[in-house]
Amino acid sequence: MSSAEATATPTPTIDFRTSPDRYHHWTTSYDGAIATVHMAVSPDHGLMGDYELKTNSYDLGVDIELNDIVQRLRFEHPEVKVVVLTGGLDKIFCAGANIQMLAGSTHGHKVNFCKFTNETRNAIEDATANSRQTWLAAVNGTAAGGGYELALACDEIILIDDRASAVSLPELPLLAVLPGTGGLTRVVDKRLVRRDLADAFATKTEGVRGKTAMQWGLVDHVAPASSFDDAVNERAEARASGSDRPTNVAGIELVPLRRSIDGDTVSYDNVIVAIDRATGTATFTIDAPSDPQPTTGDQLAAAGADGWLLSTVRQLDDAVLHLRFNETDVGTWMFTTVGSADAVTQAEAVLGSDAEHWLVREVRLFWARTLKRIDVSARTLMAGVEPGSCFTGTLAELLLAADRSFMLEGTWEDEDDPPPPATITLTEANRGWYPMSNGLSRLETRFWKRADAYDRAAKTIGSALTATEALDAELITFAPDDLDWHDEIRLALEERNSFSPDALTGMEANYRFPGPETMETKIFSRLTAWQNWIFQRPNAAGPDGALRRFGTGSRPDYDPNRV
Amino acid sequence: MALVDINAKIPNNVDLAGDRRLQRALEQWQPKFIRWWEDLGPSAFKRNPVFLRTAIDVGRDGWANFDHVEMPDYRWGVFLAEPEPDRKIAFGDHKGTDVWQEVPGEYRSELQRLIVVQGDTEPASVEQQRHLSLTAPSLYDMRNLFQVNVEEGRHLWAMVYLLHRYFGRDGRDEADEMLERHSGDADNPRILGAFNEETPDWLSFYMFTYFTDRDGKYQLASLRESAFDPLSRTCDFMLKEEAHHMFVGTSGVTRVVQRTAELMNEHGTDDVHPHGGLNLDLLQKYINFHYSVSLDLFGAETSTNAANYFAAGLKGRFQEERRDDDHLLKTSYRDVPTVDGEGADSRIASREVTQLSALNETLRDDYIEDCRKGLDRWNRTLASAGIDFTFALPHSAFNREVGVFRDHKVSPDGRLLSNGQWNESVESWLPTADDRAHVGSLMKGVTEPGVMAGWVAPPAQGIHQKPVEYDYVKL
Repeated sequence: MSSAEATATPTPTIDFRTSPDRYHHWTTSYDGAIATVHMAVSPDHGLMGDYELKTNSYDLGVDIELNDIVQRLRFEHPEVKVVVLTGGLDKIFCAGANIQMLAGSTHGHKVNFCKFTNETRNAIEDATANSRQTWLAAVNGTAAGGGYELALACDEIILIDDRASAVSLPELPLLAVLPGTGGLTRVVDKRLVRRDLADAFATKTEGVRGKTAMQWGLVDHVAPASSFDDAVNERAEARASGSDRPTNVAGIELVPLRRSIDGDTVSYDNVIVAIDRATGTATFTIDAPSDPQPTTGDQLAAAGADGWLLSTVRQLDDAVLHLRFNETDVGTWMFTTVGSADAVTQAEAVLGSDAEHWLVREVRLFWARTLKRIDVSARTLMAGVEPGSCFTGTLAELLLAADRSFMLEGTWEDEDDPPPPATITLTEANRGWYPMSNGLSRLETRFWKRADAYDRAAKTIGSALTATEALDAELITFAPDDLDWHDEIRLALEERNSFSPDALTGMEANYRFPGPETMETKIFSRLTAWQNWIFQRPNAAGPDGALRRFGTGSRPDYDPNRV
Repeated sequence: MALVDINAKIPNNVDLAGDRRLQRALEQWQPKFIRWWEDLGPSAFKRNPVFLRTAIDVGRDGWANFDHVEMPDYRWGVFLAEPEPDRKIAFGDHKGTDVWQEVPGEYRSELQRLIVVQGDTEPASVEQQRHLSLTAPSLYDMRNLFQVNVEEGRHLWAMVYLLHRYFGRDGRDEADEMLERHSGDADNPRILGAFNEETPDWLSFYMFTYFTDRDGKYQLASLRESAFDPLSRTCDFMLKEEAHHMFVGTSGVTRVVQRTAELMNEHGTDDVHPHGGLNLDLLQKYINFHYSVSLDLFGAETSTNAANYFAAGLKGRFQEERRDDDHLLKTSYRDVPTVDGEGADSRIASREVTQLSALNETLRDDYIEDCRKGLDRWNRTLASAGIDFTFALPHSAFNREVGVFRDHKVSPDGRLLSNGQWNESVESWLPTADDRAHVGSLMKGVTEPGVMAGWVAPPAQGIHQKPVEYDYVKL
């Protein structure tokens, strides 16, 4: 990939904000409790570069729209209980990620792209499991590679049995890489396909069709073309009846997100990101609400997308994606907060007091997903707690997500009217509202197998802790006083900026997820790490490697040595 | 400490009065320093007024103010040499770019380490010398000792200033630890080995200030080249004071040599011990010892640390900017010593390495050249007294504990020896217990103004135009 990287020109800003009226590749039809999402990728609307998105193959632009669809279905369509995902082209469900796009992308873009597409697939599973909006894959044609992985993210797979359509993971035999969006993990961990059959499957270029696919556990149902639609409808109706989502309730519109980029400052209503290029640092400043926030789910729905909880998490989510893709050399994210801690407590209270409300549930899940995005971001995460900040409950999750946190001990002594010292406050939010990919709260993860320490920290719930108390409770890393504050932070940022970004990413990813493995942790650690290694190896990416030789008619030339 | 007092109490040119942050840091440290001075500084004459030089400014008039001062009231100040406008980094990977006014985070730990190692030596030597005033050969010498001591104390302040001002809490912790480590303390020793040896007598003191403080001069001079401008300016000013310490060593040894020559001529014998003097061969042994342990302070012949410091711009060579080369040193080469062969067949040889990896050796070479000047002077003293004896620096492989020669026994003239050969002759090369006992027996304090102990000649002149008989320390 080195020559591709060397010749890559600066890309225009990638914007994750979109809406159905701007989609190129997807349409959604609604029929009561069932929505059907049709994938019909427009070959001419690739996001970047001069590849053609043939045969329902996707690039980042296609996935940005899918991400938007998943979000809008949850928030704008509380009445939708089942989502059927199907192909909109003849005989093709989806051919996976576009190979020309991958071959022309930098390594960094490929990794970033895979991470985002993985998150969208995880969001689909999250919708099924936690929003009770079940996704079904109506595989009405060939599902190859990333196409089958898309189906794997759904809760059921119905495969058309037309003697031609197959599901396959041909990455290894064809391209000498791995399926990049969780395919290997989901085949054995989710679908419980026996590992020897999974091995046979993933080395079989043409994939597996019909009844065999069902026998092996690769799909749940097969149906001939003549009754395929009926079979899909039957499954959709059956799953819809099991959902607790409301029926006659209006959704809330995800109105366009206001964002302005002025030089090195990215501003939203409640979130500002200021980039310092010298230290490669983006400082997030998140504002507490300035007005009283809804206290019931219905009020929350009435407030719509402008309510503080939802608007802030949307802004934070967009900022994270924007920085990930458009500011790749800004290696450190520093989280800061400003405003009343009480206002944050008041705003988040509804997430506990009316937790069964459909929208309350969605807002909580959205925060959980965005915090997970932060966890898996290949950036150093820091948090700085100063007087006037509001690291409370939901916002304190950022403190717990950080690789290192700093909290000012005392106050700004030299100010004429020094502000009260900074405090942080844990709330019930920190006890499991926002599980990490390992299934644990950030607090549990922090104190993995240290029950005493966890209890000591949990006992402080509701109490505003000074820096000394926060150190005692092991909730922060360092507590410099005002003599040291600015130097400590500057030096920490500069030092971080001097280390190898690759080694930092590896170290951080190893330290962030102690505790149990889940499908998600496997996808983001084991699978991703292997994939990223393989992507760099000559057998895949070298001049004689499979990625380069693919489609040229000549076979790749592999180095036979096992490493 | 009231604001108005601060500049009087701590003379400085770093705008201490305008930097409350730094003031508060130094205020917390200063009582600890005073306590350390009381506990581990000079053990006698603590409250006697001493005719000391105090720096109250960096200018021509400011840096040398003489008056009688009780040492605990000495005004330890913080001075940096005047900034050189538009100074550029002279060497390494950042060559040609602006010097740094703040510590780059990238080099924080390395710079801090360099400053801590340098700073640690300053209080260490005060501790090593704390009992010497009791046996001072004259009030003049006692005053010189105290001058060296307070200036080592000021050099500690200079390093502590850098740690406080630029290195945050870590820096403050390190500044505290410099007062917590003690020379010769088995559990909590000073960082460098040579600074854990006691300075037991005045001959050792003269030798120490000649040889070991001269290492300090070269370390400071190479730090003066640093891209970190505050460190550069601090060391630049410290070098002015260090010159006095060298003077104490050079003149001290000269006076001993002169007195020995007088006694030899007076009594017509090489053996002046019975006459209360110090024999020339004993002086040569002390030279051998102090010189060889000081060589160790420069480190191993090749060093990746030193190369990294140079490439990063943290520490240059002696007089870096006067050198005519590329100041990168990656493609030029030099020889460093090595030992070839095994056992009886081994011999001292050399191998070629990049200049960059041999920076310790280069600095050591510069130091060795400088050391020779003192020997020339002492030899001239002997020659003018008509005595046929020549002091010589031993071979750089002699008595080394650091570097390629650490596992080899080498004679002062550079012959590789077996352990047996070494043991046979070592008593003629290094001070023996008897030698030290003899030196010790001569150490009797002399406190009458103008009078010298019998083993050392009076100085040619006094301090700051005062006569030799002046009461440099008021008793």
